[in-house]
Amino acid sequence: MSLKYVTPVAMFKKYLPKDYVELVDFGPFGKTQDEAGPGNMGQFKELMEEHPMCSGCWMAYYIRLIFASLPCPEETVTLGTAGCGRLAISQAAVPFIYGNYGDQNAMASGLSRAFRLRFPDKHKDVITIAGDGGTMDIGFSMTMHSWIRGERFTTIMLDNEVYGNTGGQESGMSPKGAVLKMAPGGKQFDKMPATALAKAAGCVYIVKMSPTNIKKAAKIIRRAIFVAREVGPTFIHAYTSCNIEYSIPTEEVFADARAQEKDRFQFEEYMTDAAKEVIDRIEAEEKAAHRAKKGVVAEEVN
Amino acid sequence: MSYERPKLVKTLVDINYMLKEAPRKQHFITGAQAMAEAVKRANVDMAIAYPITPQSEVMHLVGDIFHQGHIKEYYRAEEELGTMSAIAGASRAGVRLFTATSGPGLLRGLEAIVSWSGHRVPAVLGILTRVVNAPLSIQPDNIEMAYMMHCGAVMLHAENQQDVFDMTLAAFAIAEKVDVYIPVAVATEGFFVTHAKGYVQMTSDELALTPFDSVASPVPAMDNETPPARIQRDAPVQKSNFMSYLIHAVWQQEIWDSNKRAMKYVYEYLGGPIEVLNPESEVFVVASGCAAAQAREAHRASQELGLSVGLIKVRAIRPFPVDEICAAAKNAKKLIVPEHNIIGWLAQEVKAAIPNGGIVVGGPRVYGGMTLPVELIMKEIHTALGLEFNLKL
Repeated sequence: MSLKYVTPVAMFKKYLPKDYVELVDFGPFGKTQDEAGPGNMGQFKELMEEHPMCSGCWMAYYIRLIFASLPCPEETVTLGTAGCGRLAISQAAVPFIYGNYGDQNAMASGLSRAFRLRFPDKHKDVITIAGDGGTMDIGFSMTMHSWIRGERFTTIMLDNEVYGNTGGQESGMSPKGAVLKMAPGGKQFDKMPATALAKAAGCVYIVKMSPTNIKKAAKIIRRAIFVAREVGPTFIHAYTSCNIEYSIPTEEVFADARAQEKDRFQFEEYMTDAAKEVIDRIEAEEKAAHRAKKGVVAEEVN
Repeated sequence: MSYERPKLVKTLVDINYMLKEAPRKQHFITGAQAMAEAVKRANVDMAIAYPITPQSEVMHLVGDIFHQGHIKEYYRAEEELGTMSAIAGASRAGVRLFTATSGPGLLRGLEAIVSWSGHRVPAVLGILTRVVNAPLSIQPDNIEMAYMMHCGAVMLHAENQQDVFDMTLAAFAIAEKVDVYIPVAVATEGFFVTHAKGYVQMTSDELALTPFDSVASPVPAMDNETPPARIQRDAPVQKSNFMSYLIHAVWQQEIWDSNKRAMKYVYEYLGGPIEVLNPESEVFVVASGCAAAQAREAHRASQELGLSVGLIKVRAIRPFPVDEICAAAKNAKKLIVPEHNIIGWLAQEVKAAIPNGGIVVGGPRVYGGMTLPVELIMKEIHTALGLEFNLKL
C-alpha cells in the first residue's frame, strides 16, 4: 500500500502543494537507483532539498546521500536525537521520529519489532541516524544493547567528533588532544573504538568511512539496510566533519574529508557470512536488472 | 531450543462487555497476578520488561502469558529509559503496549515517560510503588506518583487487587479513545497489594478485548500506511523560535484537554473518579490506593462507635476530580488525608481543589514503606470531632 499511500488521487492533485506533487512525480518514491539514486543527484527531486545546516556542512551532504540511497523510501522510517543531524533529517520527506536524548536505538528496537508484528510480509526499513554524542555518549547503553539483542535495523553514526549543535563540546569520539569546550586543556583520552565495539556487540555488517566517494558511500548505505532486513544489526560510522567547530574553511571541507580517509577514518568493512550472502544475492539481482534494462535501451536505440 | 508459542483463539469483546456484563468468577490472587491477568485479557500486542522490586513480579507473569501465547511480543530491555523509549518507538507502529515499573525505575524512565503524552503514546504503565532512594528501601511508599502527576498522563490509583484488575483493563480502553489518546498509568502500592492476595472477580481468560485500531487515532501511526501521508517537509520546531513555542503550547494544551476528556470514560468504565460513603458527614477521610483501604477500615470502625464519619476514595489522580471532591465536601468541616508518602501530594491536591483548604488535615502520613495503622486515622477522626483518643500502637 505504501507507494499508493504517498501518491495523490489524480482529481485531487491540482489542489495539493506543488512541492508534494512534484516530489511524488519526480522524486525517488518507487524508483530504482538508476532513475533516482545518488549517481544522478541534481536530476531528480530529492527527499531532502532544504536544510538549515551551516554553509559547507559535510554532514548535510552525507544526509542527502543517505536519503538518495534508500532502497525503498516509501517504506522507510528514520529516527534520531538532538544534534545538528536532526535539523536536516526532520526536513526530509520520510517519516522521522525524534524522541529523547540518545534513545533512538531503543525506540527503533520497539518500532522495528512492532513493524514485524503488523507487517510480517513486508520490509519496513528502520534507520537511526544520530551524531557521535547521541550514538556513543548519551545513547551508548541503548546503542550497545540494541546490537547485543540483535535488533534488525540500521544504525548510522554521523561522526563530526564534537557536540556541534550545543556549541562545540568534547565528545567521546573527539580525537585525543583536541581542544574543545569542556576540554580546555585538550581531550585527555582516546577516541572511542566505535566499530570494534559494534563488532563485539554483534553487528553483522560494519563500515567505517569518510564518504568522499558517492557511489561507494551509497552502496554501503544500501548494503547496511539490506542486511538489517534479514540478518541483524548493521552499523555505519561515517565522518561528517564540523567545519565550524574545527575551523575548516568551506573550500577545504572536501580535502579534509579526503585527508581523514588516510587518518582516523581509514576504510573498514566487516561482514558476517550471513550478511555477505544477502549482499551477494541482492547485488547480483540488481546487476541483472541493470543489464536487462540496458539491453532494452539498446534494443530501443537499434 | 525452539518453542512454538501456541496460537490462542479467543472471543473478542468490547470493554463495556468485558467490564460490566461478562460473567465473573472469584479468584484469590495477588495484585501482581491481577495486573497480569488483566493484561492477558487486554489483547496486548507487545510488552517490554525490566526488573525492579516490587514490580518485577508483574512483568515475570506477563512474560509467562507471552510464552503461553496471550500476547504477541515481549522482551527484557536494557534498563528503564530503554524500556520506556522502546514503548514510544513501538507505539509509532500502531500497536497496543504495556510495561510496568516502580519508584527509582519510574524516575529513570521518566524522561521518556513524560514525553509519551506529547508523542501521543496510548500505552498502559503499571506503577507498583516503592521508596525513591535514599537511603535505600524497597518498601512501598508512593512518592513517585508525585513525579508522574505533571506529564499529562491519566493516573488511576488502585486500592486493592480487584481495582488493579478492573483499572488495568479500563486503562487500555481509556488510553485508546480518539479524544484521549495519551498514556494511562495504573498505580498501586508495592508489596501491600502486589504481593498480598485478595479476592478478585475475574472474567474468563477466553475473552479478549477487540484488537488495537491503529487508524482510530488523532495522530496517524508512522507506518507509511495510515493516511494522511506525512511526506511534506514538516519540521515546525525547526522553523523559528516563535513556531516552536507556539506549537509546543497548543500541543500541550491539547494534551491536558485530552486528560480532562478522559474523565467521562472514568465514569463509564469505573463508575466515576471518587467513591463516597456517608455523604452527609461533616468529617471525611479522603484517601487513594492502599491508604483508602485503611481509611475504609477506619470508616467501618467509626460506624461501630457511632461516629459520623464519611469516606471519599479517590480513584483518578489525573484527571483530578476537582468538581466531584468539591461537591462531596461541600458541607464538610474536616477532611483527613492519610497517605503513604512524606510530602502529602494528595493533601496538596485536595487543598487546591476546594475553596476552603483550611479544613484539610494533612495526614496521618507514613513513609519509607511502613504500614499505615488504622489507629492513626482514628486519632485524627477523634480530634476532628473534638473527642479524646487514647492512641495505642
